[in-house]
Amino acid sequence: MRNIFLFIRSYFNFLFLLILQGFCIYLIAHYNTYHNAVASGFMNEVTGSINTRYNKIDYYFQLKKTNEQLAKDNERLRNQLKSNFDRPDTSVKIVTDSIPYDTLGSRRTWQYLVAKVVSNSVSAQNNFIVLGRGSAQQLKKDDGVIDPNNGVVGIVTDVSPHYAVVMSLLHKDSKISAKLKKGGDAGQVVWEGKYPNQLLLTDIRKSAKVAKGDTVYTSGFTTTFPYGLMIGTIDEILADKSTNNYIIRLKSSANFYNLQYVYAIENFQKDEINRLLKNANNKINN
Amino acid sequence: MSTLVKNIIRFVILILVQVFVLDRIHVHYMVTPYIYYLFILWMPFKLNRTIQMLIAFALGFALDSFRHHPGFHAAACVLMAYFRPFLINILIPQEGADNNYEEPSAKSMGGFMPYMLYAAVLTLVHHSWLFFLEAWEFGNFWYFIVKTLLSTAISLLLIMIVELIFSRKQQFRTNTV
Repeated sequence: MRNIFLFIRSYFNFLFLLILQGFCIYLIAHYNTYHNAVASGFMNEVTGSINTRYNKIDYYFQLKKTNEQLAKDNERLRNQLKSNFDRPDTSVKIVTDSIPYDTLGSRRTWQYLVAKVVSNSVSAQNNFIVLGRGSAQQLKKDDGVIDPNNGVVGIVTDVSPHYAVVMSLLHKDSKISAKLKKGGDAGQVVWEGKYPNQLLLTDIRKSAKVAKGDTVYTSGFTTTFPYGLMIGTIDEILADKSTNNYIIRLKSSANFYNLQYVYAIENFQKDEINRLLKNANNKINN
Repeated sequence: MSTLVKNIIRFVILILVQVFVLDRIHVHYMVTPYIYYLFILWMPFKLNRTIQMLIAFALGFALDSFRHHPGFHAAACVLMAYFRPFLINILIPQEGADNNYEEPSAKSMGGFMPYMLYAAVLTLVHHSWLFFLEAWEFGNFWYFIVKTLLSTAISLLLIMIVELIFSRKQQFRTNTV
Protein backbone atom coordinates (compact mmCIF):
# COMPACT_ATOMS: atom_id res chain seq x y z
CA MET A 1 0.00 0.00 0.00
CA ARG A 2 2.80 2.35 0.84
CA ASN A 3 4.39 1.66 -2.50
CA ILE A 4 1.28 2.77 -4.27
CA PHE A 5 1.27 6.04 -2.41
CA LEU A 6 4.94 6.57 -3.12
CA PHE A 7 4.32 5.90 -6.78
CA ILE A 8 1.45 8.36 -6.89
CA ARG A 9 3.51 10.98 -5.06
CA SER A 10 6.45 10.74 -7.41
CA TYR A 11 4.39 10.81 -10.54
CA PHE A 12 1.73 13.12 -9.13
CA ASN A 13 2.15 15.78 -11.71
CA PHE A 14 1.78 13.46 -14.64
CA LEU A 15 -1.18 11.67 -13.10
CA PHE A 16 -2.82 14.96 -12.44
CA LEU A 17 -2.33 15.88 -16.06
CA LEU A 18 -3.96 12.66 -17.11
CA ILE A 19 -6.87 13.24 -14.77
CA LEU A 20 -7.47 16.73 -16.08
CA GLN A 21 -7.15 15.65 -19.70
CA GLY A 22 -9.52 12.80 -19.04
CA PHE A 23 -12.02 15.16 -17.55
CA CYS A 24 -11.70 17.50 -20.52
CA ILE A 25 -12.18 14.68 -22.96
CA TYR A 26 -15.28 13.63 -21.07
CA LEU A 27 -16.58 17.16 -21.41
CA ILE A 28 -15.84 17.14 -25.11
CA ALA A 29 -17.43 13.80 -25.78
CA HIS A 30 -20.50 14.46 -23.73
CA TYR A 31 -21.48 17.91 -24.84
CA ASN A 32 -20.54 17.96 -28.50
CA THR A 33 -22.66 15.90 -30.85
CA TYR A 34 -19.99 15.14 -33.42
CA HIS A 35 -17.54 13.93 -30.84
CA ASN A 36 -20.31 12.10 -29.07
CA ALA A 37 -21.06 10.22 -32.25
CA VAL A 38 -17.43 9.38 -32.94
CA ALA A 39 -16.82 8.26 -29.38
CA SER A 40 -20.03 6.24 -29.29
CA GLY A 41 -19.12 4.56 -32.53
CA PHE A 42 -15.71 3.57 -31.28
CA MET A 43 -17.07 2.37 -27.96
CA ASN A 44 -19.74 0.37 -29.72
CA GLU A 45 -17.12 -1.45 -31.75
CA VAL A 46 -15.15 -2.43 -28.66
CA THR A 47 -18.06 -3.44 -26.46
CA GLY A 48 -19.77 -5.05 -29.42
CA SER A 49 -16.93 -7.46 -30.00
CA ILE A 50 -16.86 -8.43 -26.34
CA ASN A 51 -20.60 -8.89 -26.28
CA THR A 52 -20.48 -11.06 -29.38
CA ARG A 53 -18.16 -13.48 -27.69
CA TYR A 54 -20.35 -13.68 -24.62
CA ASN A 55 -23.41 -14.11 -26.79
CA LYS A 56 -21.90 -17.09 -28.60
CA ILE A 57 -21.77 -19.00 -25.34
CA ASP A 58 -25.14 -17.80 -24.14
CA TYR A 59 -26.79 -18.74 -27.44
CA TYR A 60 -25.65 -22.32 -27.07
CA PHE A 61 -27.54 -22.60 -23.81
CA GLN A 62 -30.68 -21.15 -25.33
CA LEU A 63 -30.79 -23.46 -28.33
CA LYS A 64 -33.73 -25.55 -27.18
CA LYS A 65 -35.98 -22.57 -26.54
CA THR A 66 -34.96 -20.86 -29.76
CA ASN A 67 -35.72 -24.02 -31.67
CA GLU A 68 -39.23 -24.28 -30.28
CA GLN A 69 -39.93 -20.67 -31.08
CA LEU A 70 -38.71 -21.06 -34.63
CA ALA A 71 -40.81 -24.14 -35.22
CA LYS A 72 -43.92 -22.37 -34.00
CA ASP A 73 -43.17 -19.36 -36.16
CA ASN A 74 -42.65 -21.61 -39.15
CA GLU A 75 -46.02 -23.18 -38.68
CA ARG A 76 -47.72 -19.83 -38.48
CA LEU A 77 -46.00 -18.60 -41.62
CA ARG A 78 -46.68 -21.75 -43.57
CA ASN A 79 -50.35 -21.34 -42.91
CA GLN A 80 -50.21 -17.92 -44.45
CA LEU A 81 -48.96 -19.19 -47.79
CA LYS A 82 -51.19 -18.29 -50.66
CA SER A 83 -51.01 -21.79 -52.12
CA ASN A 84 -52.96 -23.13 -49.14
CA PHE A 85 -56.09 -21.35 -50.20
CA ASP A 86 -58.31 -22.43 -53.02
CA ARG A 87 -60.92 -20.32 -54.62
CA PRO A 88 -63.33 -22.19 -56.79
CA ASP A 89 -63.80 -20.61 -60.16
CA THR A 90 -67.04 -18.83 -60.67
CA SER A 91 -66.39 -17.60 -64.19
CA VAL A 92 -68.88 -18.30 -66.88
CA LYS A 93 -68.28 -18.68 -70.60
CA ILE A 94 -71.12 -17.41 -72.71
CA VAL A 95 -71.82 -19.38 -75.85
CA THR A 96 -74.62 -18.36 -78.12
CA ASP A 97 -76.31 -21.64 -78.70
CA SER A 98 -79.94 -21.16 -78.17
CA ILE A 99 -83.22 -21.86 -79.84
CA PRO A 100 -85.15 -18.94 -81.20
CA TYR A 101 -88.55 -18.94 -79.60
CA ASP A 102 -91.28 -16.96 -81.22
CA THR A 103 -90.38 -13.71 -82.76
CA LEU A 104 -89.81 -12.08 -79.43
CA GLY A 105 -86.13 -13.05 -79.46
CA SER A 106 -83.97 -15.88 -78.32
CA ARG A 107 -83.73 -17.66 -75.01
CA ARG A 108 -80.72 -19.38 -73.60
CA THR A 109 -80.56 -23.14 -73.58
CA TRP A 110 -76.96 -23.92 -72.81
CA GLN A 111 -74.52 -22.31 -70.42
CA TYR A 112 -70.89 -23.35 -70.08
CA LEU A 113 -69.18 -23.23 -66.71
CA VAL A 114 -65.42 -23.61 -66.42
CA ALA A 115 -64.10 -25.90 -63.68
CA LYS A 116 -60.65 -27.03 -62.58
CA VAL A 117 -59.97 -30.74 -62.44
CA VAL A 118 -58.74 -31.58 -58.96
CA SER A 119 -58.50 -35.33 -59.30
CA ASN A 120 -58.59 -37.73 -62.22
CA SER A 121 -58.12 -41.41 -62.82
CA VAL A 122 -57.77 -43.45 -65.96
CA SER A 123 -56.62 -46.83 -64.79
CA ALA A 124 -59.53 -48.12 -62.69
CA GLN A 125 -62.52 -49.99 -64.03
CA ASN A 126 -64.81 -47.12 -63.09
CA ASN A 127 -63.11 -43.80 -63.37
CA PHE A 128 -64.24 -40.59 -61.74
CA ILE A 129 -63.14 -37.01 -62.13
CA VAL A 130 -63.46 -34.49 -59.29
CA LEU A 131 -63.96 -30.84 -60.16
CA GLY A 132 -63.15 -27.89 -57.93
CA ARG A 133 -66.50 -26.27 -58.47
CA GLY A 134 -69.76 -27.15 -56.80
CA SER A 135 -73.33 -26.25 -56.21
CA ALA A 136 -72.34 -22.97 -54.57
CA GLN A 137 -70.96 -22.02 -58.00
CA GLN A 138 -73.96 -23.10 -60.07
CA LEU A 139 -72.83 -26.60 -60.98
CA LYS A 140 -75.69 -29.10 -61.04
CA LYS A 141 -76.15 -32.85 -61.24
CA ASP A 142 -76.47 -34.33 -64.72
CA ASP A 143 -74.50 -31.52 -66.38
CA GLY A 144 -72.43 -32.68 -69.29
CA VAL A 145 -68.69 -32.13 -69.07
CA ILE A 146 -66.40 -31.39 -72.02
CA ASP A 147 -62.74 -30.50 -72.36
CA PRO A 148 -61.56 -27.17 -73.87
CA ASN A 149 -61.40 -28.67 -77.37
CA ASN A 150 -65.09 -29.63 -77.28
CA GLY A 151 -64.37 -33.29 -76.63
CA VAL A 152 -66.83 -35.12 -74.39
CA VAL A 153 -65.42 -36.06 -70.97
CA GLY A 154 -68.34 -37.22 -68.85
CA ILE A 155 -71.48 -36.42 -66.89
CA VAL A 156 -71.76 -34.89 -63.42
CA THR A 157 -73.13 -37.38 -60.93
CA ASP A 158 -72.66 -35.83 -57.50
CA VAL A 159 -72.47 -32.28 -56.33
CA SER A 160 -71.41 -30.83 -52.98
CA PRO A 161 -71.14 -27.13 -52.15
CA HIS A 162 -67.57 -26.81 -53.41
CA TYR A 163 -66.83 -29.96 -55.39
CA ALA A 164 -68.47 -32.13 -58.02
CA VAL A 165 -67.91 -35.73 -59.08
CA VAL A 166 -68.01 -36.54 -62.79
CA MET A 167 -68.49 -40.00 -64.16
CA SER A 168 -66.01 -39.91 -66.99
CA LEU A 169 -66.51 -41.72 -70.29
CA LEU A 170 -64.09 -44.37 -68.98
CA HIS A 171 -66.79 -45.89 -66.81
CA LYS A 172 -68.77 -49.09 -67.25
CA ASP A 173 -72.09 -47.29 -66.89
CA SER A 174 -71.40 -44.38 -69.19
CA LYS A 175 -73.58 -44.20 -72.31
CA ILE A 176 -73.45 -41.21 -74.63
CA SER A 177 -75.85 -40.83 -77.53
CA ALA A 178 -73.72 -40.30 -80.64
CA LYS A 179 -74.09 -39.61 -84.32
CA LEU A 180 -71.82 -40.30 -87.27
CA LYS A 181 -70.72 -37.35 -89.34
CA LYS A 182 -70.89 -38.87 -92.80
CA GLY A 183 -73.74 -41.24 -92.49
CA GLY A 184 -75.82 -39.50 -89.87
CA ASP A 185 -76.68 -42.76 -88.09
CA ALA A 186 -77.10 -42.53 -84.33
CA GLY A 187 -75.72 -44.98 -81.78
CA GLN A 188 -74.40 -45.33 -78.25
CA VAL A 189 -70.84 -44.80 -77.10
CA VAL A 190 -69.67 -47.00 -74.21
CA TRP A 191 -66.33 -48.01 -72.76
CA GLU A 192 -65.08 -51.56 -72.93
CA GLY A 193 -62.88 -51.19 -69.89
CA LYS A 194 -59.63 -52.16 -71.63
CA TYR A 195 -57.73 -49.11 -72.79
CA PRO A 196 -58.24 -45.49 -71.85
CA ASN A 197 -58.67 -43.27 -74.92
CA GLN A 198 -60.49 -46.11 -76.69
CA LEU A 199 -64.30 -46.16 -76.81
CA LEU A 200 -66.87 -48.42 -78.40
CA LEU A 201 -69.71 -47.28 -80.67
CA THR A 202 -72.65 -49.65 -80.73
CA ASP A 203 -76.10 -49.82 -82.40
CA ILE A 204 -74.94 -48.90 -85.90
CA ARG A 205 -76.65 -51.15 -88.46
CA LYS A 206 -74.57 -52.91 -91.03
CA SER A 207 -76.35 -51.01 -93.73
CA ALA A 208 -75.06 -47.67 -92.55
CA LYS A 209 -72.27 -45.86 -94.30
CA VAL A 210 -69.18 -45.98 -92.10
CA ALA A 211 -65.62 -45.15 -93.02
CA LYS A 212 -62.42 -45.25 -91.06
CA GLY A 213 -61.40 -41.83 -89.78
CA ASP A 214 -64.95 -40.56 -89.64
CA THR A 215 -65.81 -38.31 -86.70
CA VAL A 216 -68.45 -39.15 -84.14
CA TYR A 217 -70.42 -36.29 -82.59
CA THR A 218 -72.99 -36.02 -79.82
CA SER A 219 -76.43 -36.33 -81.31
CA GLY A 220 -78.20 -33.75 -79.17
CA PHE A 221 -81.01 -36.21 -78.52
CA THR A 222 -80.46 -36.09 -74.74
CA THR A 223 -80.67 -33.20 -72.36
CA THR A 224 -77.08 -33.70 -71.24
CA PHE A 225 -75.12 -32.60 -74.25
CA PRO A 226 -75.92 -30.24 -77.10
CA TYR A 227 -75.51 -31.35 -80.69
CA GLY A 228 -72.06 -31.25 -82.28
CA LEU A 229 -69.57 -32.02 -79.52
CA MET A 230 -66.81 -34.38 -80.58
CA ILE A 231 -66.61 -37.79 -79.01
CA GLY A 232 -63.96 -39.50 -81.11
CA THR A 233 -62.74 -40.70 -84.50
CA ILE A 234 -63.32 -44.18 -85.93
CA ASP A 235 -60.28 -46.38 -85.56
CA GLU A 236 -61.47 -49.86 -86.42
CA ILE A 237 -64.68 -51.33 -87.84
CA LEU A 238 -65.59 -54.90 -87.11
CA ALA A 239 -68.73 -56.77 -88.04
CA ASP A 240 -70.57 -58.31 -85.11
CA LYS A 241 -71.34 -61.92 -85.92
CA SER A 242 -74.28 -62.29 -83.55
CA THR A 243 -76.32 -59.16 -84.35
CA ASN A 244 -76.94 -56.96 -87.33
CA ASN A 245 -74.61 -54.26 -86.08
CA TYR A 246 -71.06 -53.10 -86.49
CA ILE A 247 -68.59 -53.03 -83.63
CA ILE A 248 -66.81 -49.74 -84.10
CA ARG A 249 -63.77 -48.81 -82.04
CA LEU A 250 -63.21 -45.09 -81.51
CA LYS A 251 -60.18 -43.11 -80.48
CA SER A 252 -61.51 -40.55 -78.04
CA SER A 253 -60.92 -36.93 -78.90
CA ALA A 254 -60.57 -35.86 -75.28
CA ASN A 255 -57.20 -36.77 -73.77
CA PHE A 256 -58.12 -38.41 -70.47
CA TYR A 257 -54.51 -38.60 -69.33
CA ASN A 258 -54.08 -34.86 -69.19
CA LEU A 259 -57.22 -33.05 -68.07
CA GLN A 260 -56.69 -29.69 -66.38
CA TYR A 261 -59.69 -27.54 -67.12
CA VAL A 262 -63.13 -28.67 -68.26
CA TYR A 263 -66.43 -27.04 -69.04
CA ALA A 264 -69.68 -28.19 -67.48
CA ILE A 265 -72.69 -27.62 -69.70
CA GLU A 266 -75.94 -26.64 -68.08
CA ASN A 267 -79.18 -27.11 -69.90
CA PHE A 268 -81.82 -24.60 -68.86
CA GLN A 269 -84.62 -26.54 -70.49
CA LYS A 270 -83.68 -29.85 -68.93
CA ASP A 271 -86.32 -29.69 -66.20
CA GLU A 272 -89.09 -28.84 -68.61
CA ILE A 273 -88.19 -31.60 -71.05
CA ASN A 274 -87.80 -34.19 -68.30
CA ARG A 275 -91.15 -33.26 -66.77
CA LEU A 276 -92.78 -33.56 -70.15
CA LEU A 277 -91.19 -36.95 -70.73
CA LYS A 278 -92.33 -38.18 -67.32
CA ASN A 279 -95.86 -36.97 -67.87
CA ALA A 280 -95.91 -38.68 -71.23
CA ASN A 281 -94.62 -41.91 -69.68
CA ASN A 282 -97.18 -41.75 -66.90
CA LYS A 283 -99.96 -41.19 -69.39
CA ILE A 284 -98.82 -44.12 -71.48
CA ASN A 285 -98.39 -46.44 -68.53
CA ASN A 286 -101.71 -45.61 -66.93
CA MET B 1 -0.53 45.97 -6.53
CA SER B 2 -0.15 42.46 -5.39
CA THR B 3 0.51 39.53 -7.61
CA LEU B 4 -2.86 37.97 -7.09
CA VAL B 5 -4.87 41.02 -8.08
CA LYS B 6 -2.62 41.60 -11.05
CA ASN B 7 -3.11 38.08 -12.21
CA ILE B 8 -6.84 38.19 -11.77
CA ILE B 9 -7.09 41.35 -13.81
CA ARG B 10 -4.87 39.80 -16.46
CA PHE B 11 -7.05 36.69 -16.55
CA VAL B 12 -10.26 38.65 -16.99
CA ILE B 13 -8.92 41.07 -19.56
CA LEU B 14 -7.34 38.39 -21.69
CA ILE B 15 -10.47 36.29 -21.77
CA LEU B 16 -12.63 39.27 -22.61
CA VAL B 17 -10.33 40.40 -25.37
CA GLN B 18 -10.21 36.92 -26.82
CA VAL B 19 -13.95 36.49 -26.83
CA PHE B 20 -15.14 39.89 -27.86
CA VAL B 21 -12.40 41.02 -30.16
CA LEU B 22 -10.49 38.17 -31.65
CA ASP B 23 -13.28 35.70 -32.11
CA ARG B 24 -15.25 38.18 -34.14
CA ILE B 25 -12.45 38.61 -36.65
CA HIS B 26 -12.54 36.09 -39.47
CA VAL B 27 -9.13 36.21 -41.05
CA HIS B 28 -9.19 32.92 -42.94
CA TYR B 29 -10.93 29.67 -42.39
CA MET B 30 -7.65 28.01 -41.66
CA VAL B 31 -6.36 30.60 -39.24
CA THR B 32 -7.67 31.34 -35.79
CA PRO B 33 -5.76 33.78 -33.59
CA TYR B 34 -5.64 33.01 -29.89
CA ILE B 35 -4.19 35.27 -27.28
CA TYR B 36 -5.74 34.22 -24.04
CA TYR B 37 -3.11 31.59 -23.29
CA LEU B 38 -0.67 34.44 -22.79
CA PHE B 39 -1.87 34.24 -19.23
CA ILE B 40 -0.29 30.83 -18.90
CA LEU B 41 2.91 32.06 -20.49
CA TRP B 42 3.06 34.87 -17.95
CA MET B 43 2.25 32.86 -14.86
CA PRO B 44 4.80 33.33 -12.04
CA PHE B 45 7.74 30.95 -11.85
CA LYS B 46 7.19 29.90 -8.31
CA LEU B 47 3.79 28.40 -8.56
CA ASN B 48 3.21 24.77 -7.67
CA ARG B 49 2.94 22.61 -10.78
CA THR B 50 -0.41 21.26 -9.75
CA ILE B 51 -1.72 24.71 -9.12
CA GLN B 52 -0.42 25.80 -12.50
CA MET B 53 -2.34 23.03 -14.20
CA LEU B 54 -5.48 23.88 -12.25
CA ILE B 55 -5.26 27.51 -13.16
CA ALA B 56 -4.72 26.63 -16.78
CA PHE B 57 -7.75 24.38 -16.65
CA ALA B 58 -9.78 27.24 -15.20
CA LEU B 59 -8.62 29.54 -17.99
CA GLY B 60 -9.49 27.10 -20.71
CA PHE B 61 -12.81 26.28 -19.13
CA ALA B 62 -13.66 29.96 -18.87
CA LEU B 63 -13.06 30.40 -22.57
CA ASP B 64 -15.02 27.27 -23.40
CA SER B 65 -17.98 28.61 -21.51
CA PHE B 66 -18.26 31.42 -24.00
CA ARG B 67 -18.39 29.01 -26.87
CA HIS B 68 -20.84 26.20 -26.64
CA HIS B 69 -18.34 23.44 -27.13
CA PRO B 70 -16.92 22.64 -23.72
CA GLY B 71 -13.69 20.89 -23.19
CA PHE B 72 -11.41 21.78 -26.10
CA HIS B 73 -9.54 24.76 -24.80
CA ALA B 74 -9.40 23.41 -21.28
CA ALA B 75 -7.58 20.31 -22.49
CA ALA B 76 -5.17 22.31 -24.62
CA CYS B 77 -4.34 24.75 -21.82
CA VAL B 78 -3.75 21.97 -19.32
CA LEU B 79 -1.30 20.29 -21.66
CA MET B 80 0.47 23.59 -22.15
CA ALA B 81 0.74 24.12 -18.42
CA TYR B 82 2.16 20.62 -18.00
CA PHE B 83 5.02 21.24 -20.41
CA ARG B 84 5.78 24.76 -19.18
CA PRO B 85 7.99 23.87 -16.19
CA PHE B 86 10.09 21.46 -18.27
CA LEU B 87 10.57 24.06 -20.93
CA ILE B 88 11.52 26.74 -18.49
CA ASN B 89 14.07 24.48 -16.85
CA ILE B 90 15.68 23.86 -20.21
CA LEU B 91 15.68 27.44 -21.45
CA ILE B 92 16.64 29.72 -18.58
CA PRO B 93 20.29 30.49 -17.88
CA GLN B 94 22.19 28.84 -15.13
CA GLU B 95 21.95 31.67 -12.72
CA GLY B 96 18.51 30.62 -11.68
CA ALA B 97 16.38 33.30 -13.17
CA ASP B 98 13.32 31.86 -11.60
CA ASN B 99 14.62 33.01 -8.24
CA ASN B 100 15.46 36.48 -9.39
CA TYR B 101 12.54 37.37 -11.50
CA GLU B 102 8.94 36.86 -10.97
CA GLU B 103 7.57 35.71 -14.30
CA PRO B 104 8.88 34.75 -17.69
CA SER B 105 9.51 37.59 -20.05
CA ALA B 106 12.17 38.60 -22.56
CA LYS B 107 14.33 39.96 -19.80
CA SER B 108 14.02 37.21 -17.27
CA MET B 109 14.74 34.40 -19.64
CA GLY B 110 18.06 35.86 -20.75
CA GLY B 111 17.28 37.25 -24.11
CA PHE B 112 14.66 37.60 -26.74
CA MET B 113 15.33 34.31 -28.47
CA PRO B 114 14.82 32.00 -25.49
CA TYR B 115 11.62 33.75 -24.71
CA MET B 116 10.37 33.48 -28.25
CA LEU B 117 11.32 29.84 -28.35
CA TYR B 118 9.46 29.20 -25.14
CA ALA B 119 6.43 31.03 -26.46
CA ALA B 120 6.60 29.32 -29.84
CA VAL B 121 6.86 25.79 -28.48
CA LEU B 122 4.05 26.26 -26.03
CA THR B 123 1.92 27.88 -28.70
CA LEU B 124 2.57 24.98 -31.03
CA VAL B 125 1.62 22.47 -28.37
CA HIS B 126 -1.54 24.35 -27.56
CA HIS B 127 -2.70 24.76 -31.15
CA SER B 128 -1.91 21.28 -32.33
CA TRP B 129 -3.67 19.66 -29.41
CA LEU B 130 -6.64 21.96 -29.89
CA PHE B 131 -7.05 21.20 -33.58
CA PHE B 132 -6.47 17.53 -33.03
CA LEU B 133 -9.24 17.40 -30.47
CA GLU B 134 -11.57 19.35 -32.68
CA ALA B 135 -11.26 16.87 -35.47
CA TRP B 136 -10.67 13.82 -33.27
CA GLU B 137 -8.66 12.25 -36.03
CA PHE B 138 -5.67 13.41 -38.01
CA GLY B 139 -7.83 13.30 -41.07
CA ASN B 140 -6.33 15.17 -43.91
CA PHE B 141 -2.85 15.45 -42.51
CA TRP B 142 -1.70 18.36 -44.62
CA TYR B 143 -4.73 20.36 -43.68
CA PHE B 144 -3.97 19.75 -40.03
CA ILE B 145 -0.29 20.71 -40.31
CA VAL B 146 -0.93 23.83 -42.34
CA LYS B 147 -3.65 24.95 -40.01
CA THR B 148 -1.46 24.46 -36.97
CA LEU B 149 1.54 26.24 -38.37
CA LEU B 150 -0.37 29.16 -39.72
CA SER B 151 -2.26 29.65 -36.51
CA THR B 152 0.94 29.45 -34.53
CA ALA B 153 2.51 32.10 -36.67
CA ILE B 154 -0.42 34.43 -36.34
CA SER B 155 -0.62 33.94 -32.60
CA LEU B 156 3.09 34.57 -32.13
CA LEU B 157 2.73 37.73 -34.10
CA LEU B 158 -0.04 38.85 -31.82
CA ILE B 159 2.02 37.98 -28.76
CA MET B 160 4.92 40.06 -30.00
CA ILE B 161 2.62 42.99 -30.63
CA VAL B 162 1.18 42.71 -27.15
CA GLU B 163 4.66 42.51 -25.66
CA LEU B 164 5.64 45.70 -27.41
CA ILE B 165 2.52 47.52 -26.36
CA PHE B 166 2.30 46.35 -22.78
CA SER B 167 5.83 46.13 -21.49
CA ARG B 168 6.04 44.72 -18.03
CA LYS B 169 8.42 45.95 -15.47
CA GLN B 170 10.63 43.09 -14.45
CA GLN B 171 12.44 43.86 -11.23
CA PHE B 172 15.52 42.08 -10.43
CA ARG B 173 15.17 40.76 -6.95
CA THR B 174 18.14 39.77 -4.95
CA ASN B 175 18.59 37.80 -1.85
CA THR B 176 15.91 35.37 -2.74
CA VAL B 177 17.84 32.11 -2.52
